[in-house]
Parts: sequence; structure tokens; C-alpha cells
Amino acid sequence: MAGMNMFLSGNEAVAAAVRLARPQVIAAYPITPQTTVIERLAEMVEDGSLASEYLHVESEHSALSACIGASAVGARTFTASSSQGLLYMAECMHYASGGRFPIVMMNANRSVALPWNIYGDQRDSLSLLDSGWIQAYAEDAQEAFDMLIQAFAVAEHPLVLTPAMVNLDGFALTHTYELVNVPDPSDVDAFLPRFTTANRMDPEHPVSLGFTAGPQHNQAFKQLQHLAMLASGQVIREAEERFGQRFGRSYPGLVETYRCEDAERVIVTLGSVAGTVRPVVDRLRSTGERVGLLRIRYMRPFPDGELRAALAGATSVGVLEKDISFGYEGTVFTNVNSAFARSGASPRNLLNFIGGLGGKDITPTDIENLFARLAAPEGLETVTFI
Amino acid sequence: MENRKERKITARNLDDREFFYGHKGCPGCGGSLAVRLALKVLGEKSFAVLPAGCMSAIGFVFPQMAFSCNAMISTFAGTASMLAGVAAGARALGLEGIHAVGFAGDGGTADIGLQALSGAIDRHDRIIYICYDNEAYMNTGVQKSSLTPTGARTTTSPVGNRLRGAVTPKKQMFEIVAAHGIDYAATASVGHPLDYLRKVEHASRVEGTSYIHVFAPCPVGWGHDSAETIEVAKAAVDCGLLYLAEYTGGGFILNHDPGEFSSIRDYLLGQGRFRHLGEEEIEAIVAQRDSRWQRIRREWRT
Repeated sequence: MAGMNMFLSGNEAVAAAVRLARPQVIAAYPITPQTTVIERLAEMVEDGSLASEYLHVESEHSALSACIGASAVGARTFTASSSQGLLYMAECMHYASGGRFPIVMMNANRSVALPWNIYGDQRDSLSLLDSGWIQAYAEDAQEAFDMLIQAFAVAEHPLVLTPAMVNLDGFALTHTYELVNVPDPSDVDAFLPRFTTANRMDPEHPVSLGFTAGPQHNQAFKQLQHLAMLASGQVIREAEERFGQRFGRSYPGLVETYRCEDAERVIVTLGSVAGTVRPVVDRLRSTGERVGLLRIRYMRPFPDGELRAALAGATSVGVLEKDISFGYEGTVFTNVNSAFARSGASPRNLLNFIGGLGGKDITPTDIENLFARLAAPEGLETVTFI
Repeated sequence: MENRKERKITARNLDDREFFYGHKGCPGCGGSLAVRLALKVLGEKSFAVLPAGCMSAIGFVFPQMAFSCNAMISTFAGTASMLAGVAAGARALGLEGIHAVGFAGDGGTADIGLQALSGAIDRHDRIIYICYDNEAYMNTGVQKSSLTPTGARTTTSPVGNRLRGAVTPKKQMFEIVAAHGIDYAATASVGHPLDYLRKVEHASRVEGTSYIHVFAPCPVGWGHDSAETIEVAKAAVDCGLLYLAEYTGGGFILNHDPGEFSSIRDYLLGQGRFRHLGEEEIEAIVAQRDSRWQRIRREWRT
């Protein structure tokens, strides 16, 4: 493996990946726990190792708005946010996806006020699942690094032209240091050539962008947006294959399965908590229990087919998520349940475990208890808080 | 490279090409005139950004596009930030001789867009921000903005037994942007096109942020005949409710002192939105004007 192994936090891994992706414009506004990403990027611009225009905007709304403007003239753009900041961007998130501007954003998953809380859960990004962005969830710093590079390739693909968000669990991932392989810049340049697009304002060929489309045309644009998001699934898989060939790190597509092949009980989750589930699976397996883990790597596009195929043999599935749609269930659970409903074949038991809200710890013992509950699910509520 | 020397723009040498044409503006629309004239100065290499508002509503209805230069709609709050992105992107890509120019109404500027505008001025982004001030939210049906003058009837500042139209004074946007230490700011009126064109031309040469506040009557919202737009825009200057001025690093410059003001009473009562005003209310507006001009004549250069 070429490149250099560096000891980086999740945020620093993201900044290192952004440097190699060479965005021409970065617009950023600080928010905990995203700040070290934009601090490192500012230092890189200062020391000349990153040749980007760096805009110190006065808000997250302006951060994304500026990225839209820069993307509209054909520049590669990056921003990063979290929580309240992401919600403040919400208007521009729909705007960016509707305008087909392939901006890449890093989001440090953090709880949403009230009560105020700076720690990790996924209510911020999941509440914007419908904003038309590709949503990736990393488990560790290396994956965050690799997903970030791939995100530009996928978002900018002519069949996709859709913005992409790479999510890292606040603190648990953003601030945890790991050994990260950082490839040579020339390899990344070969994987990710300079961005070109026809969807831009060009002095030689003037266009109007961001226009109004009335009732007779609007839906056609939205349908195209939907088709592009659907197409992004295959583009993600191709990008991962290309990435694996060049960098020697392979990724399994929109979901990752761990010991699911003959598993009767599977926990479905996303993000860094998968790292807590995996050793518990190993331990229970060593005592003969047929348990597994399915980690959702992309919430949009949603991997319904992969999910059904991987869980076809499971009798009990528990969706563990750091999110709640108040009064009903977790958003991830809604999506998983719908994937099964589409095929008409759901596992006998499908439960939703809500945990980790506002950074509440999820321990290996908690995971063991969840597997135990999946072994005897009779009489349990569909949705429970752990 | 383009010639950096300022041109003197006249009716003779004004570009006869149209960059904003075939739009759905109302007859007598002052705002569309401000856009049309500015683009004749800035030319085909303009990247125009317009937020939700009258000019975007009349100019961008797919598939009938009224701009023949590059143009896009921004979010309502995002004119200046999107402009900043356009300018940064163009700089990063090495595009030369382009102008990132925004056209936002009074609500899009002084209310919802003020924060982003403040950020752009703070960064000294090389953008031209033109606020066409028609003194209310016209696109949504004449609701009060913070640039609606005292006493004006709007659909959200009605006239009845308790209220007499807008009760708050008009924000002084020109002085607000100047207080940022902006690179260049000016006020203008569509009734004084040569003065306006000169200011747009000057803004196009400024290495930094320019802000032009152009007074743009709206016959529909103001209640005057669509043929009177230019006269109303001139009268606002003549009666002293609008001043023509500039701000540069060197301070404030008053471009035009009417000397003896024309009648504020005639200006106000010529418009439906002010017709309910009584003598006492008109006197209060006159007093406000006089105190403002006292300060301007004392402090600003000519």
C-alpha cells in the first residue's frame, strides 16, 4: 500500500481527504464537533498545501449558499457542518440537490436542541433524509477518509450530479485517533480527475440556472432527480471497485454484512456503533449463537435489495439507531421495514431499538441484551429505548 | 484584460443589446429597469444572481428565460453568499473579466438577506450588490419590509382607526453598508439613469464589494400610474426623501443637493399608499427629512 500512514482523528482524516480531492472553493462556518475539519483546512490553505478559495462565511446557510454559487460556475466545492448548523442549511440542501450541484459535505452527527447537547446522535442528518443528498455513514476514520474521496467521484458523476454528505459520529468518530493510510496525491488525482460539468454558468455559453418550473414541468425535474439518486447506487459500487483496485482497500457497497450468512438474529445499525456490535457478535458466535451484524453504509440511496438479500435467512432483526421520529419509530427502522414490505417477506420479528440519543453510551452489555431480546421477542414492543 | 479606465456612459454609447428582455414585469416596473440598465453597463460576461422576488419571478419561468447573460435564482436569504460563491468559483477557475452582480429587492436585502450581505462586505468579496428598493415585498403582494417608509399603506401595515400604515422608519441601508467600511456604496434612482449608470460602471472597477441602492418605484404597490414611474423616482430626489450619494474609503459624498426641496406633500399624495396621510403626519415626515439633510449637509462632502 503506497502513501503514508498517519495517526489522525476522524475530522483530521476528513481534512486530509479534502486536501487530496482539491476542491476549488471551501465555505465553512464552525460548529462543534466539526470545527477541527475546517481548522485543518484553513491551515492547509495558509501553508499552500491546498489551493482553494476559503470563504469565512457568517453562517451555515451562507456556507452552503456559497458552495452552490461556486458549483454553479463549475467549481468543485466542499463544506462541513453539524446539528443546528446542518438544520440551518436545510433550505440550501434542497436547493443544492434540486439544482443538481454535486457539493460534498462532511457532517459531524450531533444531537439537535432542545435540550442543548453537543454529543453524537443521528437526528440531524436523518431529519434531512428527504433533502435529496446522498447520505453515507462512516464507521472509522479510514472509511471516512475513503468515503470522502469517493463522494466527490460519485456526486460529480454525470449520471448522478447529486450532492453527497459523509456522516461521522460526533466525538466517537470525529475526535478519535486512528492510524489512517493517506495515499499519494498523484494516485488520488488519477482516481478523481478535475471536475467538469455542463451544468454551469459559462461566459461563452450563458445559461439561466435555478429557475422556476411551474406545475406542468416541475414534477419532471423531480423525477429526474429521483432517477439520478437511484442510479447513484451502481455508481457508488463502481467507484468502490475502482478505488479498491487503485488503493487496495475494498468496500462492500451500500451495506456491510458481518457474519450474517447463517445468522438467525441480526442487528442492523449504522455509523461507529457497529464497532461495538462486531466484537459482541464474535463473542456470541464463539458460544454457538447464530448472530450477525448488518451495517448500513448509505441511507440514500437506500440499499433495500442488498438488505433483503443479506437478511433473507434471519428470523429476528433489530434496528439499532440514534434517532427517533417522535410518536412513531426511528427513521432507519421505517426504511428497513419498508424494504421488507416491498418484497412481502419480512423477518418473523422486526424490532426497533432507539439508543445513544445525545451521546448516551451504548455498551457491549447493551448489545448483548439486544441480542437476547431478539432471541425472545414475544410480547416486546416494536419500539424500545435502550 | 479589459480597459480598467472608467468609461463615461451616455445615452449615445450605452450598449444597445438587451440582457434582460421579454420578462413578465408589470408596466412601469422600476425594478426591471434597474436590472436592464445595469446589465447594459456590465455586459455579456455578467453572472447575475437574483433571490426569490419580483425579478426572479418575472425572468426565469421555465422554459422562458429572460436573461441572455448567465443568471440564477438564489435562496431568498442567499443573494450575497451565492454571489460570493460565484465570484470565488470564477476566481478559482481563472475566469477573467466577469462580473458577479446581484439584484435583490428591499426585503431580500434589508430584512432576510442582510446577514449574508454583511458577511460578503466583511470579506471584501469582489461582487456588485444592487438593491432595487420598491419599499415593500411586492412579489408576494405588497407587504411591509424594513425599507417601507413611515406612513405607507401596505397589505400588512393597513390603514384603519388604530394604524396609519407603516409605523417604523425606513432603515438606512446605505449608511448600514458604509458602516462596514465597504469598498464602494452608492444610492441611485431609476429617475436619474445617467447617475445610476455611472455608479454601476464605477462599481464594475472596484476591487472589492460594491453596493448600489437604487430607488425603483412600483406602480402596482405604490398606487401611481405606470407612466409616472420616472417622474415619481425623480420627485423622491427633488423633495429630499431620497439622496443621491456615494461612499468610498474617503467617506461620504453627496452627489446632488436639490437646494430648495420640492413639495413632500405633492410627492406623498400623488401615490395611493400615502393618500390617507393628514397634515400632521406629513409635517412629521418633513421634519425627519430636514433633520437628516441638516446632518448630510454638515457632514458629507459634495
